Amino acid sequence: MKRRTFLRHSTHGLAVPALLGSMGFSPYRNLASLLKLSQETDRVLVLIFLQGGNDGLNTLIPLSQLSALNQVRPHVILPENKLLELPGTELALHPELKYMQSLFNEGRLRPVQSVGYPEQNFSHFRSTDIWMSASDSDQLVNSGWVGRHLAQDHPEFPENYPNETFTDPVSIEIGYSSSLIFQGPSAPMNMVINDPSYFYELVDGVEGPVPEGLAGEKLKHIRLTARQSQLYGEVVKQAAQRGRNQTDYPSNNRLAEQLRIVARLIAGGLKTPLYLVSLDGFDTHDAQVESYDHTKGEHANLLRQLDQAVQSFMKDLELQKADDRVLGMTFSEFGRRIVSNASLGTDHGSAAPMFVFGNEVIPGVLGYDPIISPNSTYADNLNMQFDFRAVYASILEQWFGKSEVDRHQILYKDFITLPILRNEVVSTRDRFQDSAPAIRVFPNPIQANSILEVEANGEPMRVDLIDLQGRVVKPLFSGILPKGKQQINWPAGRLPAGNYVVRMQQAGRNQSVKVMKVQ
Amino acid sequence: MNPNNQNDPRSPKRFEWIAEARKVKPIVLEPPHDIRSGKIESRDRQNLAGLEPYAGPWERSQVRHLLSRVLFGVRKSDLDYFTNLQLEGSLNKLFEQLPLPDPPVNDYEGIDENAKDPHVGFRESWLNAPHAGNKEGLRIVSLKSWMIKNFLEERPNIRQKLVLFWSNMLATKIWDVYIAKTSYPYLEMLHRNAFGNYKTFIKELTLDPSMLIFLNGAANTKEAPDENYARELQELFCIGKGPDAKFTESDVQAAARVLTGWTVSWEKYENEGPFTSRFNVWAHDTSDKQFSEFYGNKVIQGKAGFQGADELDDMLDMIFENNETANYVVRRLYAYFVSNEITDQTEEEIIQPLAQLFRDENYELEPVLRKLLGSAHFFEQANKGVLIKSPADHLLGLWRTLNVNRGGNGLQHELRVHRSMHWQMAGIGMEMGDPPNVAGWAAYYQAPQYDKAWITTDTITRRAGNTDSLIFWGFWIDQNLQIKADLVSFVASLKDPADPNSLLEEVALLLHGLELSEEVRNNLKSALLSGQLSDHYWTDAWYAYLGNSREGSNERIIVHTRLQAVFRQLLQLGEYHLM
Repeated sequence: MKRRTFLRHSTHGLAVPALLGSMGFSPYRNLASLLKLSQETDRVLVLIFLQGGNDGLNTLIPLSQLSALNQVRPHVILPENKLLELPGTELALHPELKYMQSLFNEGRLRPVQSVGYPEQNFSHFRSTDIWMSASDSDQLVNSGWVGRHLAQDHPEFPENYPNETFTDPVSIEIGYSSSLIFQGPSAPMNMVINDPSYFYELVDGVEGPVPEGLAGEKLKHIRLTARQSQLYGEVVKQAAQRGRNQTDYPSNNRLAEQLRIVARLIAGGLKTPLYLVSLDGFDTHDAQVESYDHTKGEHANLLRQLDQAVQSFMKDLELQKADDRVLGMTFSEFGRRIVSNASLGTDHGSAAPMFVFGNEVIPGVLGYDPIISPNSTYADNLNMQFDFRAVYASILEQWFGKSEVDRHQILYKDFITLPILRNEVVSTRDRFQDSAPAIRVFPNPIQANSILEVEANGEPMRVDLIDLQGRVVKPLFSGILPKGKQQINWPAGRLPAGNYVVRMQQAGRNQSVKVMKVQ
Repeated sequence: MNPNNQNDPRSPKRFEWIAEARKVKPIVLEPPHDIRSGKIESRDRQNLAGLEPYAGPWERSQVRHLLSRVLFGVRKSDLDYFTNLQLEGSLNKLFEQLPLPDPPVNDYEGIDENAKDPHVGFRESWLNAPHAGNKEGLRIVSLKSWMIKNFLEERPNIRQKLVLFWSNMLATKIWDVYIAKTSYPYLEMLHRNAFGNYKTFIKELTLDPSMLIFLNGAANTKEAPDENYARELQELFCIGKGPDAKFTESDVQAAARVLTGWTVSWEKYENEGPFTSRFNVWAHDTSDKQFSEFYGNKVIQGKAGFQGADELDDMLDMIFENNETANYVVRRLYAYFVSNEITDQTEEEIIQPLAQLFRDENYELEPVLRKLLGSAHFFEQANKGVLIKSPADHLLGLWRTLNVNRGGNGLQHELRVHRSMHWQMAGIGMEMGDPPNVAGWAAYYQAPQYDKAWITTDTITRRAGNTDSLIFWGFWIDQNLQIKADLVSFVASLKDPADPNSLLEEVALLLHGLELSEEVRNNLKSALLSGQLSDHYWTDAWYAYLGNSREGSNERIIVHTRLQAVFRQLLQLGEYHLM
């Protein structure tokens, strides 16, 4: 909390550069803790839970496997001439995913192939818990990965929240009840809302002491929730009043209704970094498709809802100019069986694709296409390529700037991060604590010309200037420098005043420093 | 205690051993912090009483505790009645066999503009009628409102609380099934078996047409086995997910094959008559079904012809021979009626002996429930006030406790009122007959939140909206009808309404799960006395009201406005949401 206060002061300090000296503004001593970009960048992650187990093989179809698919899933196979091809790949989307196709063509959709986990559990409930808690298949973990991520940034939550520094909910779930994904080590980190303009004032009466034991624990929860409903409820309502949706959303679309609320709150300036919305009904054991036309049926209806909801949402964000700072990600507790069943449906399966979308994704598909054997039997399942926690780790790293140590604490293990986002925010406490900094900028604050001093290791190197939204403002250097300390001139006179990050990437080491430009 | 003895239940080694056996790598999580003090919470629950019959005093606080768990809300009249019965008599009363409630009828005809059933007229039964097409929703809402009516109106008996329990643990979703005439027999089955024989219950459930439709059993054939019901039968209905529930995926597949061939009489969809289950010989997989080591490598012999239907009995025998079934069901009952916190001590001293009793009694539920609810353990102070009221306990309980007059009469009036309560409950997270999914409501199973999940920033204010509306401007039934609680009459029914101390104590006893501190009581009393210090101001006002009690009299308004202020606060206290 102190950290945040300090940064605010220093931001105000911009107008009064003399103050800086007295604040001891040194990139090596204080920036490490200052640079919690997850809190500073206004970046938002919207998680879309496709409840019930989405059929990946009818969502993102490997065209090279069509003949095998025709043999093993005759009851649900989609007609090839209706599929939406993804250029440059051997993949196609379900005919209802028209907007997803155009997102892909614009380089704003990053499908990640065959995401799952070892030793697939086929129970909805266990598998949902596994995905939400980010546990191993045989582990029972009573908190969620998002909850642990947020608890890292807000270790004292919910006590004394909201406060002057953190005025807004730290995460929001649209719906009626609270999901495991938001459960922190000691308290749920989310606010649950279903109508942001609903606010009801409670009596502010006298409360007695909390007794020992379980009853007391529950009483405490009720009182805390009541208090938060008042403090956050007012904030959310105000944001909802300020925010205006800039586009129409389809009617009779449960997901669109939820995303409409999210967009409205973002437009209203709510600083909440995480939202969960959900669409249920993906448990398509039967009637997944209509017998007379496989492009129709329950699954088609659901994917159409998904597609149209995301379309309106993205358009809305574009008009609000918030599209650069919002990332979407779908997930589902599992995919479905390779072999279809006679009731025109599919049973619980394993790995399935995830969709990550937004302006900052790396264009193209991540991972190879699944291979289907024409001799697949009922019990066969897709092999996973990526552990779902590697996707989480990548988002935590590349969207929220979480260090390796932080990620380990959240996910209990080290996962290799995948190339999902292009402008990854690199800011880690650990890296700043390196005794020998690999990059230095001076003078800092910058007025006109500045010098980047780098510790080159003879490998290819990039240096980029990044703004606090995490976007690359300007590439500063790209190439190979001889081993040793090297200096690069940076004529920065025309750069607008403000806070920035200079990020150096070199094989084996990434480092960032925060810089200030003053007039 | 020997810390290295793996068999010593208190030894940390034991957990390592259990974890190893379950192949669970224990995760070192931070211990839960006491949010207020920052200290680590340590609850000493090691010395709770066991299953021996409760022999302590039988006073209002014990009666209240029992009634709050087995009924919806505690009423003054019930409190008095059961106090007189003593514990044994109370249990006899609560487990009395009641006739089934009258089945629902067309009570919706003409209630709204488009409310017209294509097949049956007003007051007629739709239970055997053909499907109503796009008007089926009328029957469904009528059926759900019928559930609410039963919760509100049944004589003091444990049955309705168990109907809710089973509709959660053995859940279907009525909207998903969308054939009301199959959902009524399902609900009727929950009534009939509420505290009957669990094995019989599960057999009926397996063959229940709405369940066969809901979990796709009706489409489970030898060519395309559907695992949905076979999985939930084990995972949610019988074996559960406890540490020793080690059924495998192959068990799910084998169970699905045992059940191939069972389907429903689809032709009843558009015809007169009830849905029934039937066995299609041609769709049954006649091969042998091999189960895993968890079931002792049992092989269920495949049978041809109509004998294939008997494989179900063989399989249920196998499932009920497994100890986990009783362990699981008893844990669920304990969490619902007593506390969601099942410590190692509870597991050993309560769950295991009750599970043994359950098996010894051939899976009769009543002896198990009676033993639990009559035990010294149940009446332990540590188990009082530890459950958060579900939306049903909160909303219907409040209507019952305050004896709110639902006004009007006639079938349509009743439907309007119960339908409104139904939607209000849905708005705070509990739509009767349609839990979020087959696992039921998260509050009943999702660790570590459990019933805390009922209370969110949204529902806490909506609950206050419910209570405030009953007190002040009227609970919304529809455009033309809002209903208020008559607080004055309610208070007049209490023991000594002229004494503000007695009044507050009794109201809190009926409505709250925990006792209020003196500070809070004084604060409430001060609202009752309009800030005056002496109790006689209320007493005088009350006697003045008794002298002129007609509707609209000044004296009545004086006591009424003060009661409104007090009840508003009483019902917004955290203690109100506990039971």
